[in-house]
Amino acid sequence: MRNSVTGAKRARRTEWLVSLPTLAWLGLFIVVPTVLVFVIAFRPANPYGGIGGGWTLDTVRSLWTPSYLAIAWRTLWISLLTTAICLVLAVPTGYSIARASAKWRNRLLMLVIIPFWTSFLVRVFAWKSLLHPEGLIKKALEALGLVGTTSTLLYNPTAVVLVMVYTFLPFTILPIYAAAEKFDFRLVEAARDLGARPFQAFRRVFLPGIRRGLLTAFLVVFIPALGSYIIPDLVGGPDGEMLGNKIAQRVFTDRNLPHASALSAVLVLAVLAPLIAVLALQRKNKKSDIIMGEAP
Amino acid sequence: MAEFLEFRGVSKRFGTVQAVDNVSLDIKKGEFFSLLGPSGCGKTTMLRLAAGFEDPDAGRVFLDGRDITGLPPNKRKVNTIFQSYALFPHLTVRDNIAFGLTIAKRPKAEIRDEVDRMLELIRMADQAAKKPDQLSGGQRQRVAVARALVNKPDVLLLDEPLAALDLKLRQKMLIELDLIHDEVGITFLYVTHDQAEAMSLSDRIAVMDGGRIEQVGAPAEIYESPRTSFVAAFIGDTNFLEGRVEACPDREYCRLTIAGLPGILCFNDKSLQPGQPIYLSIRPEKIHISRERPEEKPQRNYLPAVIEDVIYLGSNTKYWVRAGGYRIQVFRQHARYFLDEQPLRWKDEAWIWWHADDGFMLDHFRKSDEGLLAVPPQSVGEPLNGGRENEK
Repeated sequence: MRNSVTGAKRARRTEWLVSLPTLAWLGLFIVVPTVLVFVIAFRPANPYGGIGGGWTLDTVRSLWTPSYLAIAWRTLWISLLTTAICLVLAVPTGYSIARASAKWRNRLLMLVIIPFWTSFLVRVFAWKSLLHPEGLIKKALEALGLVGTTSTLLYNPTAVVLVMVYTFLPFTILPIYAAAEKFDFRLVEAARDLGARPFQAFRRVFLPGIRRGLLTAFLVVFIPALGSYIIPDLVGGPDGEMLGNKIAQRVFTDRNLPHASALSAVLVLAVLAPLIAVLALQRKNKKSDIIMGEAP
Repeated sequence: MAEFLEFRGVSKRFGTVQAVDNVSLDIKKGEFFSLLGPSGCGKTTMLRLAAGFEDPDAGRVFLDGRDITGLPPNKRKVNTIFQSYALFPHLTVRDNIAFGLTIAKRPKAEIRDEVDRMLELIRMADQAAKKPDQLSGGQRQRVAVARALVNKPDVLLLDEPLAALDLKLRQKMLIELDLIHDEVGITFLYVTHDQAEAMSLSDRIAVMDGGRIEQVGAPAEIYESPRTSFVAAFIGDTNFLEGRVEACPDREYCRLTIAGLPGILCFNDKSLQPGQPIYLSIRPEKIHISRERPEEKPQRNYLPAVIEDVIYLGSNTKYWVRAGGYRIQVFRQHARYFLDEQPLRWKDEAWIWWHADDGFMLDHFRKSDEGLLAVPPQSVGEPLNGGRENEK
């Protein structure tokens, strides 16, 4: 009994020692900079683009203005819409890849990954030229009479959502595929056997079965989407600006670091809130898993 | 009773494998019918054809006189109990059982009552709120039964439902399944590779091999008078001896010529003619063995034998003996009858005998069925079936 207690203690110490490098890395490069961002948000700016002495709440207060609120709201809905479209597209895609034969599965996964072989920036520029008034898509839609010659596809929120969906879709497909691949499709058969139509079996058995994959996919898209900067900057125009662009403007144009920090802090909090909620949810699930494990 | 579930000339091919090959089969209403065979014999495909998970390449499937070929699974009044049970992991026991009724949009109160009744039947009313992974194997199995039965199917399809359970639990569930069948009176189509399960539960059994049905009949019929070497060897243990019919002195019995053995008498149930090549099959438990020479009686076959192996199995003992050059297995319930009797040991000389009625003759024997015969090597390194060369 005594031995096992000291054994557990030793195991715990080893665990700490093993995770020490990781903790140090995370602390140095993530926790410290984040805390710095929060601290700088409460410092005054000095006219030379640096940080002045003393403390002030003015910067944080100045965020509560209609123009910022409009941008925050736009950031939120663009991110949510992007995530929703990605999930809607990725679920059937991940499902079909998981159900494909082994040979086709690898080929299809390859197709999902191939875009990563080209630089992200190049791909966004490619979209820019496609959507350009003289670009292929614009001209094709014009020829079909679907858009007028005066309308513009570029520099609006729709273009931002389009390119964001394009960018994040692979990141959604992969976790959903991983979950679908582990899913026991005999359960779908069982549901069909019990009278469910194909879509009912899909909704009542398949979707709950891959809920962890859905959750991962949600986080993997929603969080980076909130912090988007390059896509709205290149295809968004003034109507498609997001928080990321404002932060960049404060740093590079206004050289006002406290203001940029305050905006970043808001973004960090916006990201942390859903993340903590999800983690709490998962921990609750895990706890009930342990209780289940102990049941006879 | 008329046929209820009927397969008419059904075939199904997967790639190069002919899983089911022109099978016709009638299952009666209320019957406990088993499909028995080794893995890959097509029995599960038959079940999936009945459930609607597969469509036949040829042939039709009828249920209660109605052609159900091509109907999707949700349109068939059959329910399946899967080998893995396939309980929905995200639903409680109650919601699992209620699944079919919920899909059918039955009133809430009715669903609750029906599920309660099922929970009562499987004696799990106190476990209704648990999730499947909190249940033991036997409990999961019972939930799977309840989930299927609550829909009141015309036919319940069971795909090796006991295969995942350990021996003791399997025996218990076997009795429970039998009781449930008696209580609900639904037609059961039971797929298994375990002959003991099939024998103890079924009204009738179809023995399958290579996508075809070898024999259909009541358990005793299949065991006592198998029509093919496959059935004889797959159901229970048996000894095969190759020979030919020498003479049939009366209509009932034939005398056989088997190389190395004196004239063996066998009951002639197939009205075979002299000169015809046959295989004699004798079940090991039908052969008697003793140290003393038994008294002569008509219609008894005697052979002097040497014990080569003694395998103690608890409820009985299995002897491998050599008689006339053949390796023959013999079961005996007790090691000895009398207190002063010396138990039979390795290399002892003994007598084996059996009644002419207890052997049966098969007019053909498939070479591929030899693999089913468990003839162990006589010494280390000897190929399997080594003692049988002189038979071929």
